[in-house]
Amino acid sequence: MARDAATTTGPGAGDAIGRFAAGPVERRKALVERLVAWLLGSLTVLLVLPLIAILATLVAKAWPVLSWAFITQNPQTYMTAGGIWAPLIGTFYLVFISLAVAAPIGVLAGVYLNEYAGENWTTRLVTLAVVNLAGVPSIVHALFGVGAFVLFAGIGRSVLAASLTLAVMTLPVIITSTKEALAAVPQSFREACWNMGASRWQTIRTIVLPNATSGILTGVILQVSRAAGETAPILFTGAVFYVAVPDRGLASFFPYGLFDRCMALSYHLFTISTQVTGVSEALQYGTAVVLIGLVISVNLASISLRVYLRSRKRW
Amino acid sequence: MRHAAALRLSRLAEPLVEAIIRLCGWSAIFFVFAIFFFVFREGAPMLFGALDLGEFFTSVNWRPDSRIQAQYGVLALLAGTASVTALAMLLSVPAGLGAAIFVSEFCPPRVRETLKIVIELLAAIPSVVWGFIGYMVLNPVLIAVTGAPIGINILNGGIILALMSVPIIMSVGEDALKAVPDTYREAAIALGASRWQVVYKVLLPAAKNGLLAAALLGIGRSVGETMAVLMATGHAVQIPHSLLDPVRTLTATIAAELGETVEGGDHYRVLFVIGTLLMLMAFLVNLTADLVVKGVRGKQNG
Repeated sequence: MARDAATTTGPGAGDAIGRFAAGPVERRKALVERLVAWLLGSLTVLLVLPLIAILATLVAKAWPVLSWAFITQNPQTYMTAGGIWAPLIGTFYLVFISLAVAAPIGVLAGVYLNEYAGENWTTRLVTLAVVNLAGVPSIVHALFGVGAFVLFAGIGRSVLAASLTLAVMTLPVIITSTKEALAAVPQSFREACWNMGASRWQTIRTIVLPNATSGILTGVILQVSRAAGETAPILFTGAVFYVAVPDRGLASFFPYGLFDRCMALSYHLFTISTQVTGVSEALQYGTAVVLIGLVISVNLASISLRVYLRSRKRW
Repeated sequence: MRHAAALRLSRLAEPLVEAIIRLCGWSAIFFVFAIFFFVFREGAPMLFGALDLGEFFTSVNWRPDSRIQAQYGVLALLAGTASVTALAMLLSVPAGLGAAIFVSEFCPPRVRETLKIVIELLAAIPSVVWGFIGYMVLNPVLIAVTGAPIGINILNGGIILALMSVPIIMSVGEDALKAVPDTYREAAIALGASRWQVVYKVLLPAAKNGLLAAALLGIGRSVGETMAVLMATGHAVQIPHSLLDPVRTLTATIAAELGETVEGGDHYRVLFVIGTLLMLMAFLVNLTADLVVKGVRGKQNG
């Protein structure tokens, strides 16, 4: 309408406004846009809401048991009472040993991919292998752990076998984040160092790695969160239903040997919610809350490190 | 003098360090082959021995414990995996891609950062906790809403898996949208397109392959997920007829039964054959996703 008026009649005060006012097509366009933005926005909120709702439910139902004693006591009377000390310390064991194995290999693999590898088929193959390693189903990792570590290497079902399985599983996390962290270090830093006569490794050791430390650290932290939460890979490689361990004194911190089986928080949650009868709801929810709290706080640490890092980056 | 000696030492050490780094770099290849080798090795005697492959893929009878005649048909388990995955994708692909579009194109930067962090936390929740949520929280809700006798079924598992796959679909989808050059957006806006028209007419066609890869990775995730489906989909080995039927997936079968098998027995080896099958499926999905994404990059560079 406005356009018609503008073309058929001469210029006037009313037409000048009409010429720039939105026509029906524009109005419809704007309406559709607002509608879509609103729809997609509410869809996204709909995805975020479950997280909050679920966390709230879990914490509310776990509230009666959440206390310091819940964490420092062992499970008692066929796991229907007491706390979660034995599984919690088992999870720490698995996380630290798998980290000790996966971190060096993963970081060096990241160094290889970013600093040494050229544009050739081996690099392509390594990248492809990392992607595929990340995509292997967790239960297949469990089967691998049984076949390779428990049986072939003869380690038996143990803390060590479970940790090694977790290490292989979480390797891609560290490789990928290390590679990204190294790629973020400007090429000019390396060139400056090479011009001073430093060798490739010297450059990496003194310039590239120190500048990428925090980035690598975020990847390592993510590995911790992954290893702490996984259940399937440790099912048949080292996790056990119940072990009696001391929950007092120094011995309570070192209850498992490398070749012992251990309890783990994730597996414990599985057993007390599906396998054992007579466990109170609060106890089950309490275990879930501690596990989720552990994982989320580790992730938040990684995220804040990343945010901090971005804020102080000067190049 | 001391300096020169240190220098000589470091020059000597350099090839050694480089060799170690190369070795670590190639370790990923080594591990992929090792996983395949060891899983296949445990399953092979059965695969090339007593296992009737025709029966394996076409029979719905999974009776590994039968004294008279053990039967190993995985059709019902495949149907279980397929049904739960299909439902999960039906829910999570539109939701994940919609959220990706919102975050990448419509959202103010501050909200974007917060949303991405929340989604990252959503991705961090361990699968056993998701299983627990399905088993304890969603189960009574579904019974109350649908009137089904048990709430641990395809619907439950599908919803849980959808929530689990949304983060990966969303983050890969967002990367795909971000990979579309800004010049495309600017050209479309210069022609008078609204933001939605830019998304619909320009970005979606341009990022099509990346979005497809996002969906594929979501499928890979759902097919391989173990603990959540073990706890949330029930334990009935059957071809499902409705959304409210409980099913058993391939992964859940391994997790539930491996502990009770005799090492080296037929049942034990069949579970490893299923593991090999799962791994091949995961490889196929990942390779396809990788090729789809690489195809895009090649085209854009060229």
